[in-house]
Amino acid sequence: MVSEKSKKLLFNVFRFNRENDYLPHYDKFEVEVGAGDVVLDVLNKIKNDHDGSFSYRRSCRHGICGSCSVKVNKKATLACKVRVSDLVEIFGEELTIEPQDKSRAIKDMVIDKENFWSKYNSVQPYLVADIDETPTIENIVSPEVAEEIDEADYCIQCGNCFYACPAVEVNEDYLGPAALALTYRFNADVRDGATKERLNIVNDIGPGIWDCVKCFECAQACPKELNPIEKITKLHLMTFEEGMARDNVAVRHAVGFKWSIMKHGLLDEGELVKYSEGLIGVTKHIPEAIAMFKKGKIVMPWNMPKSKNLDEIKTLVKSASTAKFKGK
Amino acid sequence: MAKLKYALYTGCTARESTPELLKSTLAVAKALDIELVLLDEASCCGAAHLQDFDDMLSLTLNARNIVYAEKLGLTMVTICNTCQLNTAMTKYRLDNDEKLKADVNERLAEVNLEYKGESEIKHFLYALVEDLGLEAIKEKVVNPLTNRDIAAFYGCHNIRPQELHHSSNGGESSYKPTSIDRLIVALGAKNVEYEHKNKCCGFHVELQNPKTANKLSANAMLDAIDNGAEAIVTPCPLCHLRMDVQQHNIAKESGRDIHIPLLHLPQMVGLALGIAPTDLGIEQNVTDVSFVE
Repeated sequence: MVSEKSKKLLFNVFRFNRENDYLPHYDKFEVEVGAGDVVLDVLNKIKNDHDGSFSYRRSCRHGICGSCSVKVNKKATLACKVRVSDLVEIFGEELTIEPQDKSRAIKDMVIDKENFWSKYNSVQPYLVADIDETPTIENIVSPEVAEEIDEADYCIQCGNCFYACPAVEVNEDYLGPAALALTYRFNADVRDGATKERLNIVNDIGPGIWDCVKCFECAQACPKELNPIEKITKLHLMTFEEGMARDNVAVRHAVGFKWSIMKHGLLDEGELVKYSEGLIGVTKHIPEAIAMFKKGKIVMPWNMPKSKNLDEIKTLVKSASTAKFKGK
Repeated sequence: MAKLKYALYTGCTARESTPELLKSTLAVAKALDIELVLLDEASCCGAAHLQDFDDMLSLTLNARNIVYAEKLGLTMVTICNTCQLNTAMTKYRLDNDEKLKADVNERLAEVNLEYKGESEIKHFLYALVEDLGLEAIKEKVVNPLTNRDIAAFYGCHNIRPQELHHSSNGGESSYKPTSIDRLIVALGAKNVEYEHKNKCCGFHVELQNPKTANKLSANAMLDAIDNGAEAIVTPCPLCHLRMDVQQHNIAKESGRDIHIPLLHLPQMVGLALGIAPTDLGIEQNVTDVSFVE
């Protein structure tokens, strides 16, 4: 595009063919990168100028089909949207291009996205509504109500968030940010009638919202800036609004902060663990508690520090509270 | 340069399970001539968990904490990544949403307080690296950490989400943070390069899913160890609790022997400044800091 500003860069590229290779290897390709070139331009140049067998998914080249995601220096990258110059600004000129999940590689950048799709499909990702076949008026959704869905509708199923999520990496049951953001998208839709069914699906410890590690990788990875973790937080709030929060360790852990703040202003860490785990569950923490006690890391209840002006905090906890939990 | 002065929001952990963090922060600030005014009025930030239960309550409490920094006319300094997240997130949301700000202020008015949005929220790491500067710190190093191979573990909430980490909080790339790496080098130690420095330790699911938490910590710690680290340093007490107190469980999950000291960021700085280890609470770390006499 701007040829005088183009530059030759050496890319380190992941290569693998599941049909023939036992292990992957990396090839180096020198590519002339124009000032405005995006990563997809580089992939195209590798294929067209260097190795016709190089494989990657691509289609729209306009950031809407979600096919061309890869990782560059481990950063989730929708290839048609991210400029090479922006990556050079972060990482310098040594760039390594890899598939979204190397362990699922089929050929070069092409991966088996079955784990993404099966989770995506498991949350009833469609509008559940009784359709009036002879309507007399239009089904009107006001802009204010539509706003509730927010940008959750922008998902292009690229998988950037899913393959950037550390919880997905180590917990194969976890639904992951895309499926959970999608759950929010339909639950927030005023026309939908399956909110409770979906909340039931995402409410289990293991696959659901309580296993989000709160790392914000998904918010960074999403090329459509739909902020999946914010939608996961909204699902947490929704379980309380709908009276569906279960009396389990994760839920009590969230609720317990309120009681502690009400009492001390600060969090009583020991009390929170007791409240969250219950009297039997808390015993599994005894070895760590002893080790911490020996090091002066446990504050006894009678020494628990309190915030100054605690009365203000107590007043605010009463007046600003909006949520309820019917557990113990 | 005018003397640096901040309002210190200690958070709860530094007052309870990581007292050595508060101790070392105060010792380092004194040695570097930084004035810290303790915000004793502040409450818990909700630790990203109250936020899952009651959004308005968490916004109101965090706004109240910021109000006390505003009353002093000071930037609030945090020493916990998750306090930084919740406080900065509250500020970001209130400063960008007049209606929300009015709603919160309506509640604060009951206790005669008003959130204005006048104080910046900054982690102590960036007060040191950006405001004071590495050169000024270098000048005060009397005990360079020569030959020590130290790995920086940044902790999620000081680098993500990017929009909260604008210039007032370092403004560094979450994909390639460098502040702690540069600090390690400035203190005379060797900075260990490893892939997992900006990854998650798993702290926030420790109760409901210890397996996830231990696997994530193990991935990061083993990566640091395999790249030659003899200590890991972190600006977050939650990452510290995870990797220090839970180290035996992390080792068990990973199937490998793990013994590596975990330093709080100000403990590392304090050692290089020649502050006595006891004044940095080094003996309170659960995993022995073997290289400190």
